[in-house]
Amino acid sequence: MSAMANPFPEAPATWRLPDRGKVAMAGLIIAESAIFTVFVVAYLFYVGKSLAGPTPREVLETPIFYTICLLSSSLTIHFAAKSLARDRVGPFLGLLVLTIVLGGTFMYGTGQEWHRLIYERGLTISTNLFGTTYYSLVGLHAFHVTAGLVMLCLVAIFAVAGRVRVEQSRRVEVLSMYWHFVDAVWVVVFTVVYVLGR
Amino acid sequence: MPMRRTKSSKLKAVSQILLALFWSCTFVWARNPTNPSSSVNHTNIFAPASTPAKSIADLSVFVLVITGIIFIVVCGLLVYSLVKFRERRANLNREPAQVYGSTQIELAWTIIPILIVIVLFLATARAIHAIQDAPEPAGAIEVTAIGHQYWWEFRYPKLGVVTANELHIPVSDPANPTPTFLTLLSADTDHSFWIPELAGKTDLIPNHPNRMWMDPLRTGIFLGQCAQYCGVQHAKMLLRVSVDSPADFAAWVRGQQQPAIQDASVVAGRRVFESNACMNCHAVGATPANGRFGPDLTHLMSRVTIASGAARNTPENLRLWIQNPNAIKPGSLMPAMQLNDADLDAVVSYMETLR
Amino acid sequence: MSSNAITIPGVQTNEKPWVDTLHEWVTTVDHKRLGVLYILYALLFLLIAGVEALIIRIQLMFPHNHFVSPEVFNRLFTLHGTTMVFFMGMPILFGFANYLVPLMIGARDMAFPRLNAFSFWLSALGGFLLYFSLVGANGLYGAGNAPDVGWWAYAPLTARAFSPGHSTDYWTLALLVSGFGSIGTAINIIATILCMRCPGMKLSRMPLLAWLNMVMSGMVLLAVSPLTAAQVMLLIDRYLGGHFFDTQAGGSAVLWMHFFWIFGHPEVYVLIIPCFAFMSEIIPVFSRKPIFGYPVMVAATVCIGFVSMSVWAHHMFSVGMNSYANSFFTITTLAVGVPTGIKIFNWIGTMWGGRIQFKVPMLFCIGFLFQFLIAGLTGVMLGSAAFASQLTLSYFVVAHFHYTLVGGVVFGVFAAIYYWYPKITGRMLNEILGKWHFWLFLIGFHLTFDLMHIPGLLGMPRRIYTYEPGRGWDTLNLLIGVGGFIQAIAVVILVANLVVSYFKGKKAGNDPWDAWTLEWATSSPPPAYNFASIPVVASRRPLWDLKHPEDPDSRYE
Repeated sequence: MSAMANPFPEAPATWRLPDRGKVAMAGLIIAESAIFTVFVVAYLFYVGKSLAGPTPREVLETPIFYTICLLSSSLTIHFAAKSLARDRVGPFLGLLVLTIVLGGTFMYGTGQEWHRLIYERGLTISTNLFGTTYYSLVGLHAFHVTAGLVMLCLVAIFAVAGRVRVEQSRRVEVLSMYWHFVDAVWVVVFTVVYVLGR
Repeated sequence: MPMRRTKSSKLKAVSQILLALFWSCTFVWARNPTNPSSSVNHTNIFAPASTPAKSIADLSVFVLVITGIIFIVVCGLLVYSLVKFRERRANLNREPAQVYGSTQIELAWTIIPILIVIVLFLATARAIHAIQDAPEPAGAIEVTAIGHQYWWEFRYPKLGVVTANELHIPVSDPANPTPTFLTLLSADTDHSFWIPELAGKTDLIPNHPNRMWMDPLRTGIFLGQCAQYCGVQHAKMLLRVSVDSPADFAAWVRGQQQPAIQDASVVAGRRVFESNACMNCHAVGATPANGRFGPDLTHLMSRVTIASGAARNTPENLRLWIQNPNAIKPGSLMPAMQLNDADLDAVVSYMETLR
Repeated sequence: MSSNAITIPGVQTNEKPWVDTLHEWVTTVDHKRLGVLYILYALLFLLIAGVEALIIRIQLMFPHNHFVSPEVFNRLFTLHGTTMVFFMGMPILFGFANYLVPLMIGARDMAFPRLNAFSFWLSALGGFLLYFSLVGANGLYGAGNAPDVGWWAYAPLTARAFSPGHSTDYWTLALLVSGFGSIGTAINIIATILCMRCPGMKLSRMPLLAWLNMVMSGMVLLAVSPLTAAQVMLLIDRYLGGHFFDTQAGGSAVLWMHFFWIFGHPEVYVLIIPCFAFMSEIIPVFSRKPIFGYPVMVAATVCIGFVSMSVWAHHMFSVGMNSYANSFFTITTLAVGVPTGIKIFNWIGTMWGGRIQFKVPMLFCIGFLFQFLIAGLTGVMLGSAAFASQLTLSYFVVAHFHYTLVGGVVFGVFAAIYYWYPKITGRMLNEILGKWHFWLFLIGFHLTFDLMHIPGLLGMPRRIYTYEPGRGWDTLNLLIGVGGFIQAIAVVILVANLVVSYFKGKKAGNDPWDAWTLEWATSSPPPAYNFASIPVVASRRPLWDLKHPEDPDSRYE
């Protein structure tokens, strides 16, 4: 365009568009949900079809405590983000660290369960269809929890260094969307593996 | 400049019409009449010789007519608009009426296609049900087909017959039907059983048994081949179906039920066969050879071809096949047996006695 | 190409060393440059996969031909399919989306420029991985090379037992990696369209190209993910002893098919919807009328997006599903033809009453319309499960999908190249060479793919490296091969045109086609910042309003 006055019409009085971080995270969540759906479908399809080896009823123990930990971490991160939005960095950091601890506890619980299943009950990913689908589904979820924990730790480090203030609250909200997604997936995985699948 | 544009548009319109004509001729040509002698190639889906194939062919004509009409109408509109509304010297500098749309037209060309979809669906559903949910009559022949890389195993459980690659089934008289019902299994990867003139194709998938049926309405040879890519020699996993008269079929079954012919003159060849790895893969009835990895050879000479259709069943081809399978079917899972000439001749002579 | 420096006439500037230009291109996060990189990358793979196709056709020209061995043939068709879908189709369409979407919505760049670059390089790595298999896949057993399992990689052919070595793993990893790139770009496109539109550009005023790329991106999110999941399962089977598709352990080969086609069918709509977008932008300009039925076009596309997620098992009509499943997938497949047909009618409606200019982009659009109509009708035949049980896995299907992919996607891409090359490079492509390209490609295309339907009807299955003589397939295959060579010559002409016109083409100016969307409001090529000041729009055709202030669209919308 030449250096004339802008030939376009008058701009409207207000022009508000959604936040791109949130839209992008929603897109990522949709894609990840599709991936998890496929693993859940495989799990459900193969329920009861193992030819040999341990069955869910024989070896699974319902991880109620660790589930409570993980689901509570959704609450803590929610309040952490809220605090940051009000520029209350102290509570934010405390709640963030609590989130990490709760998530870490959940990972510890998963690790402990897997150790028991592998070494005491003889269930590995190659044992039978149950083993394959169980470790894949729970493992995929655990992988996503780990990725989330890494991100949360990074934010915690930056927060401790005093770099996280109200200006960054939008980004923390985006991260908390991801964390809520991870917890929602656990609700589904828990229901499918420990309730329906048995 | 406008002249060239006009020529280009006329050229475009003419070429569109020519292509449409070509397409219509092709469709008419491909739709062979159901005269068996016109089906030179034995694999024409428009020369059905069995009820499932015929249901499909009838449905296909219906679908082709409807889609043909749609093609002519829409193509006609397209060509008409190209010719009528092209840029000419007369309208060169006038922008045409800037029409944004029309709700009535949109409704019309939404509702009509929906109706066409419903009609096509109903016709198809009827054919699907007629083929897939057909009950099995009492006189049906039961065959179990097992797909292998790269050959077909056929077992007739009620008749005690085991053979390979060439299927014999009786012609079915509509008054007293004797259709053939096949159970399709696989020993390794996915395959697909396709004899176009007798039925639509059905896959052979491991751990997923399938059922299909065909009731050939005339005798003759019907050809086909594996249609699901199964590995390196998928292309030469051919099928040959011989539809026999009831008498011929009974004679064939009797022949297949006989134990292997024990011809004393080929004892040397039989010893070569049984002392090499041949018997690990192949079976010859009533002998120690009972391998299941390769085709059953008890009545090898009753087959017209070897290597699932890759070569005709002649002594020369048989000798070449045993000496070096890769010469006929490179990548086939039969290893070259590394026999010397004397052993090779002996074993071929032995094979030649397995009628 | 556009440089980041502002040229001041009369002032001497030093020639930039080529290393600096290379560095700029490799580290770019500019959506225009990334778009060009995607397009060039895809054109390279178009040539490679095209050569693969020619070799396949030469082998099939005569029965029992020995041009290549069966092993090489099987690798060729696997590579051809995988390359064309993932390293030609997806990148070129993402490339155009990348280039055009920000310009058309009046933005300065995509929502996440660095993610954009990352996604491109991931996709590029995928293509590299696939072809690296030619040298790298010789595994422990001395087996393996390029993958030879077909582009759908059906189980259990992909199990370690039947595919030793690493060829299958290169297929899996190449697509896994480029799949992440695709998801990244899709997220970027959606975020850009929802969050970066210029003032006044409500969603109902957005160019159809933006709408359709948004629908396509949504489908990528939902469709590529199942493939990713299935490939992870395949890797678990092959390397961790898993049994997802291990039929010996009770696993199901059919499950792979379902997962693959839940990806595979929406994928083909992902490939065609951007071409619908090209049609919707180009046909109006060369008919001198707005698109007929803009709201219906949007609704039809969204409808296609949803319905196409429910049709996948029409690729499995021979697998032995029960009659209810076969009927269900028949009706959904036929149903998806309705919104697609509506779009064709709307394009004809756009041309109706217009003033059609037969410039090269429009020629390719007309070819597209004709061919996509036929492809849709053969699709109806294939959607009818009983009819399909004869047609599936035969050359009829190969003809059908090449009709959609070459007759549809490639023609659409060619139209887009001729239409937007002036904007991207600032120069017009040569019209005469363009017409030679068009007519030769049209003739070759129809010779090959019209005839190809017939061997299918005569019983010729797909993926066979040779065939028996005397089945009526011989002459047809010969002519099909000839058509392939004619298409190849046409593509060579295109490449020559692209190169020669870059240096010698007529200067294009801002708006060589007298078009109406925002990308034509800035220079050709656009500056790095796209627009001097962010545009404000009041209608779907902002430039029509500017050129026709007495009769603006904003009065009627």
